[in-house]
Amino acid sequence: MREIAEGFAAALKMIARLDADLVQIVLLSVRVSLSAVILASLVALPLGAALAVFRFPGRRAVVVLVNALMGLPPVVVGLVVYLFLSRSGPLGFLGWLFTPAAMIAAQTVLVIPLIAAVARQSIAELWTEYEDELRSLGVGPLRTLATLIWDGRFALLTAVLAGFGRAAAEVGAVIMVGGNIAHVTRVMTTSIALETAKGELALAMGLGILLMAISLAVNIAAYAINEAARGRAAPEKA
Amino acid sequence: MSAILPLSVRGLTFRADGRALLDDVSFDVEPGGCVAIMGPNGAGKSLTLRLLHGLAAPSAGAVLWQGPRAAEARMHQAMVFQRPILLRRSAAANIDYALSVRGVAKAKRAERVAEALEQAGLAELRDRNARVLSGGERQLLALARASALNPEVLFLDEPTASLAPAAAKRVEQAIVAIHAAGTTIVMATHDLGQARRLADEILFLQDGRLVERAAASAFFAAPKSREAHAYLKGELL
Amino acid sequence: MTRPTIRFAAAILALTALALPAGAAERFITVASTTSTEQSGLFKHLLPVFEKKTGIEVRVVAVGTGQAIKLAEKGDADVLFVHHKPSEEKFVAEGWSIKRLPVMYNDFVVVGPAADPAKVKGMKDTAGAFKKIAAAKAPFASRADKSGTHLAELEFWKAAGVDAKTASGQWYKETGSGMGPTLNTAAGMDAYALADRGTWLSFTNRKSLEIAVEGDPKLFNQYGVMLVNKAKHPHVKDKDGQVFVDWLVSPEGQKAIAGYKINGQQLFFPNANQAGA
Repeated sequence: MREIAEGFAAALKMIARLDADLVQIVLLSVRVSLSAVILASLVALPLGAALAVFRFPGRRAVVVLVNALMGLPPVVVGLVVYLFLSRSGPLGFLGWLFTPAAMIAAQTVLVIPLIAAVARQSIAELWTEYEDELRSLGVGPLRTLATLIWDGRFALLTAVLAGFGRAAAEVGAVIMVGGNIAHVTRVMTTSIALETAKGELALAMGLGILLMAISLAVNIAAYAINEAARGRAAPEKA
Repeated sequence: MSAILPLSVRGLTFRADGRALLDDVSFDVEPGGCVAIMGPNGAGKSLTLRLLHGLAAPSAGAVLWQGPRAAEARMHQAMVFQRPILLRRSAAANIDYALSVRGVAKAKRAERVAEALEQAGLAELRDRNARVLSGGERQLLALARASALNPEVLFLDEPTASLAPAAAKRVEQAIVAIHAAGTTIVMATHDLGQARRLADEILFLQDGRLVERAAASAFFAAPKSREAHAYLKGELL
Repeated sequence: MTRPTIRFAAAILALTALALPAGAAERFITVASTTSTEQSGLFKHLLPVFEKKTGIEVRVVAVGTGQAIKLAEKGDADVLFVHHKPSEEKFVAEGWSIKRLPVMYNDFVVVGPAADPAKVKGMKDTAGAFKKIAAAKAPFASRADKSGTHLAELEFWKAAGVDAKTASGQWYKETGSGMGPTLNTAAGMDAYALADRGTWLSFTNRKSLEIAVEGDPKLFNQYGVMLVNKAKHPHVKDKDGQVFVDWLVSPEGQKAIAGYKINGQQLFFPNANQAGA
């Protein structure tokens, strides 16, 4: 338990010192997870919306599959992405293995099911409300998806943030395809794993506290943006 | 002149769970009229509107639009639901969206949006989010949105059902204006006064069957069917 | 599309462009190596010297010996730098590399709780100590991850005539993880463990653990380096990889290895010139 107290001290010291290595690690973490979440959202939001709106044979099976994939262990995603990106794999020619691009790819794959599943849920509610009107107006399928995503954007932020949380917190996938190479692919979670492995528990704890602080900051920022935008979209009734 | 009218409804039937909610209903709608579908709760008024508008598919029978643009009939119709569905956008954006879906060029939309809001008396609320409007304002906005589309046929489902008298009056005035501008109106209502004021033809439904079809004046003066007679007298059916 | 939609799409694209890392086109090689070299801090000491001299960045992927060999076989590394001679010779025999070069050795130590329930402290015969640990059913934490250290440990059990696997889950704890986590486990449950001295020296979470057995010649742990065969994987950066291999076994590289110390203690002993190492 002593390590937790020391962890807070270590975290404060790290923030106070702000050494270049740490800044690099933090920036890479944020960059990788943010990129992954944006790319994943571009796929997952339309996918979630489509699953909420369209009735097609096998839809239930796809929904169940997406929900099941939410629980996929990151290390399995890492392994699959590794096998694709390995020089001996089908995408080896890209030369992405052990680069941030590989980490972004792995985290993108990792969070697509989560974002899609949560998005499907909230879009389904909105669709129940909008269905008659959109069909009455004769809105086409693509426009229907775009409308639901746009009008449901505040609720969808929750899905995206959940995706960011999962991406930023996972270690199994990035360590597999990134290799935890110092100054190249070392991010917060792989650093924590490494420091723990070295028995530097206080340092690892400090990094963990820092990671939590960053995650908190991202959520607060998103919440604030959300509130501001919502306020603009729906001012109080005068 | 007419794009999709006249309308012939033949043997329209809708079954759910083996029960006929609408049973072998046939009638015609000519251009320019205001048809009120009346009847007690559960008679099949809303369902008829949904079938005519194409939101539900009949189990049997047909909705036959006879005009030259019948293939894309819905693009020449609009519908306002009993609880109007407004997008989570500003009042102006709601109208703009509908116009854009119906293929009105961007350059022309702003003017038509402003016009529709002006006619509905909602110009001041143009930037207000539609979801924070009052019940009457919502109904007026939904009507303004529908009329901005210049539909040949407008379906209205209980347009004033839960409104205060003042708001209901504004809504009725808006309906009159839309009808006067040449739009054929088919509305479901159980408000006798409203039907008397607005409709020129009555379709009286009970238990999914078309019991009586008559000119409004004749219907209110002397209903032919026992059911309509009882309904007009305010008896429970 | 409506105007807000376009604005929204533009914002997303801008964000993506910002967030996507710019492709680094620097000159670098990838080295698959073991956790012991990384976690002991040797690379942190060695690589800046090499990078400054040659301008070649060395990217180390530190995993267990088994995984490191797999990475190299799949062509995902240019150089393999590990410590299990039989596996390395097999790697060369199968043509994944043309040649194996000995680089250095460090030594293993058997660590255990200060209370020393198996009474092995001070012994010089590792196999004998293992036999006593098994007899006492004293807890033993094994990496069980096919790493060089794990393979060495298995050889000691064999020499001791003990089939530790049968006690798995009882006194024989298979952690299935790296050296550090295994030491964390050993410290947590007062277990014995076989560790490389480098990781042990830089390991801080020792609790009651201390060295029980050291100095047995059989505890020496030889490291070898191999350039991955370009004939097997055409994209291998053989020129820059060769520069790194050559430097490791050069007098300058060997001196750098000898110069790495923790608390004044030398961790790795260069022996590139020793025949048969």
